[in-house]
Amino acid sequence: MEVVTTKTEVTTNMPTTKNEIAMQLKDVSVAFSGRTAVRDVTFDVEEKKVTSLIGPSGSGKTTLLRSLNRLHDLTKGAVVEGQILLGDTDIYNDKLPTTLLRSRIGMVFQRPNPFPTMSIYDNVVSGLRFNGIKKKALLDEAVESSLIAAALWDSVKGRLKNGGTTLSGGEQQRLCIARALAVEPEILLMDEPTSSLDPISTKAIEDLMGELKNRVTIVIVTHNMQQAARVSDNCAFLLMGDDRAGELIEFAETKKIFNNPSDPRTLDYIQGRFG
Amino acid sequence: MTDLLTQLPPDPIYDRRKQIQERAAKTIGRRTLISRAYISMLMGCFIIALIPLGSVIYALINKGIAAISWTFLTALPSQPNLMQQDAIGGIGNAILGTIIIDLLAGLVAVPIGVLLGLYLAEATSRVADFLRAITEIMTGIPSILLGVFAYEYVVVPTKQFSGLAGIVALGVLMVPVIAKASEISFRGVPSTLREAGLALGARDSKIAKSITLPVAAPGVITGVLLSLARAMGETAPILLVVGASGAWNFNPLKPISALPLLTYNYSGSQYPSQRAAAWGVALALVTMILILSLTARIVSARMRREKR
Repeated sequence: MEVVTTKTEVTTNMPTTKNEIAMQLKDVSVAFSGRTAVRDVTFDVEEKKVTSLIGPSGSGKTTLLRSLNRLHDLTKGAVVEGQILLGDTDIYNDKLPTTLLRSRIGMVFQRPNPFPTMSIYDNVVSGLRFNGIKKKALLDEAVESSLIAAALWDSVKGRLKNGGTTLSGGEQQRLCIARALAVEPEILLMDEPTSSLDPISTKAIEDLMGELKNRVTIVIVTHNMQQAARVSDNCAFLLMGDDRAGELIEFAETKKIFNNPSDPRTLDYIQGRFG
Repeated sequence: MTDLLTQLPPDPIYDRRKQIQERAAKTIGRRTLISRAYISMLMGCFIIALIPLGSVIYALINKGIAAISWTFLTALPSQPNLMQQDAIGGIGNAILGTIIIDLLAGLVAVPIGVLLGLYLAEATSRVADFLRAITEIMTGIPSILLGVFAYEYVVVPTKQFSGLAGIVALGVLMVPVIAKASEISFRGVPSTLREAGLALGARDSKIAKSITLPVAAPGVITGVLLSLARAMGETAPILLVVGASGAWNFNPLKPISALPLLTYNYSGSQYPSQRAAAWGVALALVTMILILSLTARIVSARMRREKR
């Protein structure tokens, strides 16, 4: 157990390390225009671990993930109920500005989406610039550090001024990971980050996640059960209920979910009987 | 092994596949013929459409080129009289006037149009719906109406025909065209880019400035240049409000000369020399519009290529 006692200065970005819980979901429900998409999900996201969300299409994995950084705020008629705690902060009810919240929770999307008008360098530092950081030395440092962390530094260090979209698909996705890491978020949300990539790029990103969790807590949505088994420490299994709303069936260590699940429906899904 | 294979019941799929392939082979000749007939018909329509357009351009170049000379393009006009019927002078001040009016109208209309387009693309309120409808209607408004508008609200109060009145009329004409083109370009920006910006903690204004605007820029610039080109050729409002001037005039608050105006005046002249010069004026105007349109294409193509 790691308890921060040596640091005297107050760092708001330091999560509550006492119980090593980075984020808590308490009875989280998401509804769009009155239709419930996800209902009453409760689990803890452990710090510096990888938590995977699995389940068949329509079970609300992505919907749930996007509620964790308030991305549903844009959608008209979207309502998120329950509590999501980042450390001690209730992200929906406390007076934390959404932009500040999102700078603490990074996100990687299904398809690589580097900013097409920006160079590799500018892509990586875009989050820092959005948040008002302009010091060249700090930006340079962030570029090197996050590209190294995303296992992309060696192949792009000589062409940082090239466009971000000149890279291959797998490299673009790693660029997007670097872009998210540059802001040094506490949590990194990944929404099926390898679903549009070839097997080699997929493997590169899976390998990366093992390294990354020393630096950031990861929550990943994946369609690929093998991927969840390979990369995650904890696993949440969601399933569409009778009224088409996604529900949490089981949350446990990934080992337990895949070897000895408590719920027969989890076993059915793991064994490929539906979904 | 072979016995076993021959004993298998015939697969209905094979039978159906054979039927389909036979049918396709039998009708291939007829289908090719129909296809060729359609293509010839389309080519015919294309040629018919080209005839009037081609004749106009032919007449324009054929008659216009004779009038064009360095003096014609740079000198001031002179009024022919019975003694000197060929003294038509030049159109230098009209070219200048057209550029001044167009440029200043653009200077006012572009920021308003682009921002309105951004608003129409992003906002979902009732106000936005209303504005979108208004913009739509405004793009189809007869330009003479804008001339009347500028006459009533600029020429009458200032008691002066002026370039300013032309700028107002053309500016109002350009705003909805630019707004519409920009709105379409902004809507074409993938929402996943905006979400990426949000997820990094960017405010809406930052996203608009750093992501939406640069990504949509090629389309926006094309829209702007095409609206400038269209405004340049507008004749009705110009005729009504800019007055006329035979001198070099850089002051938009005074009457000013313009190419569409000159084309109109010259083509109705009693002097054959001026009627001939009208073609030269028109050619100069069309060339300027062509340059703008080509620039629009080149700029947007280059910007699109750079993004790859």
